[in-house]
Amino acid sequence: MSDSMIEFRKDLFADERDDRLTVIGKPVRRQDILGHVTGRSPFFDDHLFEGLLHLRCARSPHHHARIRRIDVTEAERSPGVVRVLTGRDVPCNLNTLLSLLDFGIDDEPVLSGERVRYMGEPVAAVIAESEAAAREGAAKVRVDYEPLPHVLDVEEAIKPGAPVVLDIYPGNRFICHGKYDHQKLRFGDVEAALRTADYVVEGRYQMSPIEQAPIETCGAIAAPETNDRYVCYTSTQALFFSLATTSKVLRLPSSRLHFIGGTVGGGFGGKVDSIHEPLAILGAMLTGRPVKYAWDREEEMQVGGPRGAERWYITDGVMRDGRIVARKFVGYFDSGAYTRLTSYAIMKAVGHLPGPYTIPNVYADVYCVFTNRTPATAMRGFGITGVDFAIEAHMDKVAEVVGMNPIEFRILNSYRDGDMKAHRRIAKNCALIECCQVVAEKAGVALSPEAKRASSRQGGGGERAQLPPRTALDEKGRVEGFAAHGYARKGHRRGAPDTPVRPSPEPAFARTSSALPARDIASKPPSTAGAPPQPAPARAAPSQPPLPSPPSGPAPRAPIRFSSISGLRRR
Amino acid sequence: MPKKPITFVLNGAERAAFADPGQNLLDFLRRGVGDLTPKYGCGQGGCGACTVLLDGEPVLACLTLAEAVEGRRVDTVAGLGGPAPHPLQEAFMAHFAAQCGYCTPGMLMSAKALLDRNPRPTREEVIEAISGNLCRCTGYEPIIAAILSAAASGARP
Amino acid sequence: MALHRGRGFAAVNYPIGMNLGGDPSQALVHANPDGKFTVTLSSIDLGQGMKSVVRQIAAETLGVPVEDVYVDTADSDTGPHCMGSFASRGTHRVGNAVIQAAQEARAILLEAAAEELEVDAADLVTDGEGNIHVRGTPARTITVMAAAQAAQFRQGRTIAGRGIFLIPLSDVDPETGEMTPVSCFAHAAMLVEVEVDDETGEVRVLDMKSAYEVGRALNPKLVEQQLRGGAWMGMSHALWETTEPCYPDRSHRPVDFTHYLMPGPGDLAPHHISILERPAPDGPYGGKGPGEMCANPVLPAVVNAIYDAVGVRIDELPATPEKILRALKAQGGARPKRRL
Repeated sequence: MSDSMIEFRKDLFADERDDRLTVIGKPVRRQDILGHVTGRSPFFDDHLFEGLLHLRCARSPHHHARIRRIDVTEAERSPGVVRVLTGRDVPCNLNTLLSLLDFGIDDEPVLSGERVRYMGEPVAAVIAESEAAAREGAAKVRVDYEPLPHVLDVEEAIKPGAPVVLDIYPGNRFICHGKYDHQKLRFGDVEAALRTADYVVEGRYQMSPIEQAPIETCGAIAAPETNDRYVCYTSTQALFFSLATTSKVLRLPSSRLHFIGGTVGGGFGGKVDSIHEPLAILGAMLTGRPVKYAWDREEEMQVGGPRGAERWYITDGVMRDGRIVARKFVGYFDSGAYTRLTSYAIMKAVGHLPGPYTIPNVYADVYCVFTNRTPATAMRGFGITGVDFAIEAHMDKVAEVVGMNPIEFRILNSYRDGDMKAHRRIAKNCALIECCQVVAEKAGVALSPEAKRASSRQGGGGERAQLPPRTALDEKGRVEGFAAHGYARKGHRRGAPDTPVRPSPEPAFARTSSALPARDIASKPPSTAGAPPQPAPARAAPSQPPLPSPPSGPAPRAPIRFSSISGLRRR
Repeated sequence: MPKKPITFVLNGAERAAFADPGQNLLDFLRRGVGDLTPKYGCGQGGCGACTVLLDGEPVLACLTLAEAVEGRRVDTVAGLGGPAPHPLQEAFMAHFAAQCGYCTPGMLMSAKALLDRNPRPTREEVIEAISGNLCRCTGYEPIIAAILSAAASGARP
Repeated sequence: MALHRGRGFAAVNYPIGMNLGGDPSQALVHANPDGKFTVTLSSIDLGQGMKSVVRQIAAETLGVPVEDVYVDTADSDTGPHCMGSFASRGTHRVGNAVIQAAQEARAILLEAAAEELEVDAADLVTDGEGNIHVRGTPARTITVMAAAQAAQFRQGRTIAGRGIFLIPLSDVDPETGEMTPVSCFAHAAMLVEVEVDDETGEVRVLDMKSAYEVGRALNPKLVEQQLRGGAWMGMSHALWETTEPCYPDRSHRPVDFTHYLMPGPGDLAPHHISILERPAPDGPYGGKGPGEMCANPVLPAVVNAIYDAVGVRIDELPATPEKILRALKAQGGARPKRRL
């Protein structure tokens, strides 16, 4: 019955393509397909170990509570239980996933000992001879909680007086660049343009959290290996991310870790958080036996980080002829109780605005907001899916207001090669118009001759390549007490930046010159864009309580980095 | 409680192994017998990744007690095909009907049960047969096409 | 009470990679003495086909049959660093690293062949079938196997290559948001037809017509896998899925697949895909990453189609029957628009 089909429009962009290739472009069978259909592809759980132990976490039943006491004696006496871990057993019990990218302050314990900030947060890990025994043992961990007020809505969370989720972020907002409680996008003057627009169209959009739902749940098996090393079979989406996180949390050099993965039963973003590897290896270290830590389906759905909820407000200024002249965003990403990847998501989202359209005035304030829910993490379309929903639902409304066919309206406003984008880089290699035309043709939607003739390769550049003559700047959301280096390095002051100059891979900046109004910035090359680094007010914000410190142990070393370091940061 | 010996026929060969009391068939096959082809996806009977055939009928191994297979015949993907792939396996490969491959063993066993009792199913019958098997990667269309193609090939091992 | 049909449209672009953190991947390539090649990575195949697409890229660059290349990943003792499989970066970043590694290995392979044939390596070409010959003189030929054996046992050469592809970190300006967020963009447009039941609030997707621009379809079947499966996921996000149906309230949270709903094989809609290929200047053979953008246009296209069908705007996802019924009630019933 199904008449699903696929066609390759080789006629389009043919002049940009050399199709005389031998292997590329051929429908070669997957290298792994025989393993898949015979059931022999080795997923992490397909490795048998004699004497395998199972780890299961005891979890918070509260959205937000102070922990008065954790009593594991009954759990330890439970049949089959070999060992119970609490935060004190974790050598470095505070981490933020993107510390590997110098992107945020350590904020999340592996096992919480002083406070829980979301329902399902782990407070103890029970290691037992069987899964059932681990489950039973976990149920016997006694925790004396003092429930605290909680906040679940992003806009409630940023109101004065809202319960504070993380003491290091008293406004429940991630601090960007040590300077603002949100990420700004300022391109042109949106307020002025809105005043001149024929119509102003507003909208509010909301996405709820979504589960990645790989059929294989997330997990890892660790075992002592020869030569004082630990082997770890893992479902991670990012082998060295997980290895580096483990190395940091367990204070083990990577040379003592042997990670094996690469065959994963679906990920969709849900297998980046590196939650299982450190605890499984810690369990193997402390018991001397192989330990498996994997989520069951309920944990995968409710404890595993989802695609976070997003709320977007969009205001468009549009002319009668359909040209969008201004677009303003206010976006709230629900990060849940910890930062994980949401600090990155808001940056990525800001770089994506205002969608694939050339709009001369764009403004955005995008917030990473902390609430008392499961921390959000990556999912297919990370940072983009939610705002694309908002933009494209909004485009439909604006098209109706100006009385245009929705496809034609997109083509009219579409970005083209040579256009200046709101993040101040020149568009190239565009193909939105052609996609619109192909769909219109297939669906029998009649387009005007102009829309049919339009091309991503024509009509861009020129005036459309110019930066706005002036950009309105502001100090809204300014914070004190956070250092400027790194995206949110609280109270950490560094010497003068020693940023080496490196060649830009994207020499696409329009070098224009124009008059510079006093307050606002005018067009200028990227090397001077933005304010100079702000030295942090030394040890400001005295009201900050100290971070819960990890239990005794050697002082933390410099973070182990498997990716970029801040010394390489450059504009 | 003592472990219980279970004797059954796995993929045509007689096997014996000990099961823990209350152990489910999935765990028994994977850890007790060493057949790793049925997969754990939910342990709730909701995803079908652990589907095996019990006396030719598809069952969810995670919801089946190991003791229930005593004296019976269990078939898994490990027994599908021989030196050459089974027509269903061949069709899954040709139609790119697997991506991560995690649902594939269960999907294949549901498909085999269907073709064993109905060698020429309609598209609707294929859909019904695999509707207890979740796939998060493919959008199902290539899987349906592969099963229909295997049926059309008519080859039966 | 009636069924109403409507059509909705959306168009998107999608950024490839994650420049804001600095984005490297490495690859190693080496030959066995019989001229078969291994690509060693630490990149992850979670179903998207990393092993397979990289294998084709390596074979194309080396100039050998694809069967003569095997991709081994991910063992931290042997595989060099990779950031990971996310952000649609795998094909683009890892593919470029593999090209660099394969080019280095190929150059040594050709030097070894040149020494055996007593010609200049610059005059040699591969036929993609396991042979190396002098350009324009196919008779002067040596097999890849013979060249590899000579390299190993007579000449003492390592036919191997190292590759890295790094997009350096782009900082983000705190005042303006100026940044270099990505290296290239994929594109998509989607028209969805739905049927809305104004009595039950149920929405059925009847048909999807799409155009996806992917740079180059390095393997057309792998691309189709991503687009078909991804569009299904987009439909699922639009109408079915959430872990918190009462968001921001946390009650009624699903914990199994009988409450966390996704469309099954009986809920599919025919999906007519058109693939456009505008090669990315910095992509491996022009390829971009199709894996993430495929779902995105479906979400807004579905709510736009619901509006077209019954005249209510569903601005909160998922567009459940409850939300649609409430909106219809507030509006006083269905008001079909039929704009598209």
